[in-house]
Amino acid sequence: MKLRQLAHSRTGDKGNTLNVSVICYDARHYDHLLAHITPERVKAHLSDVVKGDVTRFELPGIAAMNFVLGRALGGGVTRSLALDAHGKSLSSALMDLEIPEP
Amino acid sequence: MTAELNVATRATRVRIGAGAGYSGDRIEPAVELVEHGALDYLVFECLAERTIALAQQVRRRDPELGYDPLLEARMRAVLPAAVRNGVKIVSNMGAANPLAAARKTASIAHELGLSGLKIAAVSGDDVLDVVRQGAYVFEESGDSVATYDRRLVSANAYLGAEPIVDALKAGADIVLTGRAADPSLFTAPLIHAFGWPMDDWNTLGQATVVGHLLECAGQITGGYFADPGFKDVPMLARLGFPIGEVDADGNVTITKVAHAGGRVTEATCKEQLLYEIHDPRRYLQPDVVADFTQVCVVEQAPDRVRVSGGRGTSRTETLKVTVAYVDGFIGEGQISYGGPGAVARAKLALEIVRERLEITGVVTSELRFDLIGIDSLHGATLGERNAEPYEVRLRVAGRTDSMDEAVRIGNEVETLYTNGPAGGGGVTKTTREVIAVQSVLLPRELVRPSFEMVEA
Repeated sequence: MKLRQLAHSRTGDKGNTLNVSVICYDARHYDHLLAHITPERVKAHLSDVVKGDVTRFELPGIAAMNFVLGRALGGGVTRSLALDAHGKSLSSALMDLEIPEP
Repeated sequence: MTAELNVATRATRVRIGAGAGYSGDRIEPAVELVEHGALDYLVFECLAERTIALAQQVRRRDPELGYDPLLEARMRAVLPAAVRNGVKIVSNMGAANPLAAARKTASIAHELGLSGLKIAAVSGDDVLDVVRQGAYVFEESGDSVATYDRRLVSANAYLGAEPIVDALKAGADIVLTGRAADPSLFTAPLIHAFGWPMDDWNTLGQATVVGHLLECAGQITGGYFADPGFKDVPMLARLGFPIGEVDADGNVTITKVAHAGGRVTEATCKEQLLYEIHDPRRYLQPDVVADFTQVCVVEQAPDRVRVSGGRGTSRTETLKVTVAYVDGFIGEGQISYGGPGAVARAKLALEIVRERLEITGVVTSELRFDLIGIDSLHGATLGERNAEPYEVRLRVAGRTDSMDEAVRIGNEVETLYTNGPAGGGGVTKTTREVIAVQSVLLPRELVRPSFEMVEA
């Protein structure tokens, strides 16, 4: 199944750093997603865009993870040559990840 | 109400609305809020990282300008109902010239037949001279700021709540700032209304949660959220902006005007809670280091979501300063291809432009080619997995040292009309001077905020 079926997501920008949240619709799926949506997997999936490190922060209280993606915005929102300089569309790329049924 | 009574009477509940989430945001939702939101305060957050630098350039051309270009339209739209309903306004629409913004607002009030308004202009965020004189280093690149010298356009410190609180204490009906931390525009009225001490870190942490949730306006009522079939949102063309109903401990219920479009759910609140957050244990603000890890989000009724549990630790000794500088030029051109072989023709066009820029000697420090419809958003690895699209648009963008070279990038796309592959249409070309930003950390004692009151 696609991650999109179990979680939703939003990206935010700061300079050349992008953050992407992954938020469970159902808190019971949190551990399952923690196991399958790792920083390594996120970095590999978005390898054309993310040039720096990917760090994952966990928020069990709201069944959510926050991925912080370094050097992901073409040198920074204000100077990027990218069409989507803010990286706003990248949450949708992450929602396309394949995950096993919980 | 006299000033003494104002201090003595502590609020038990405050309703605070968000009237804009960025400088170009829709205006009617703010009018709807001020008319039907039963608000105590209406906040307009209108200042992106780079906006103040652009405003500073405008101010250099005309000393009476440099505030938000939509200030007049917004004030004309909301002031009558704000005065009628006793709603106070806080906004960073002062941009690079809060005092001129306050004077302009006073003249608008006068024209509208409104009198007795006190409008505060907060200043002190402009620290360009301080930054120029010191030996500061950019956080992002490690470069010495001094080496940017004449390229520097502006440097503005993120002020905290204190000068806004002071202005409200002095009886301001409207407070206009330049650069202030976005959540502080919301925490300041709450600090003023509830009398919270400025070292009550947990309460200031929860107040930061409130401000952070509200500051992007429609992003918590269903904007930047809808995904048909997965996350449906009604009436986005009439999206209502949010209201925070805050109690004396800082706990907030996020809601909206009942008949407004959009929706407030646990999901919309959680997405906004994590928007533009890095480490959720340490969200650095001028007045507190907020901790979002213990936050609870609970839907109490349709379009009523309670958010509590924000915490905080003591503020840092430095303030973040956004420094803007001119950073060359960007030239861009686009052209579309459709039907059978569209992708092959677009790729041929791409190679032609690449070679033309070499032949004609256009020097770029960075050059980017996108096939819109395939790889412009997420890159080729993801973009080329799917079947070929019916139509595709080539986009060429390059960074140059001169405007002349930037122009020539778009021109080399345009000449594809008569010199390139078959069926190329819809050329557009643009150029712009780049104002980029980086940040430095300034010892907070070097920043001295203050306010000036303008009477209308």
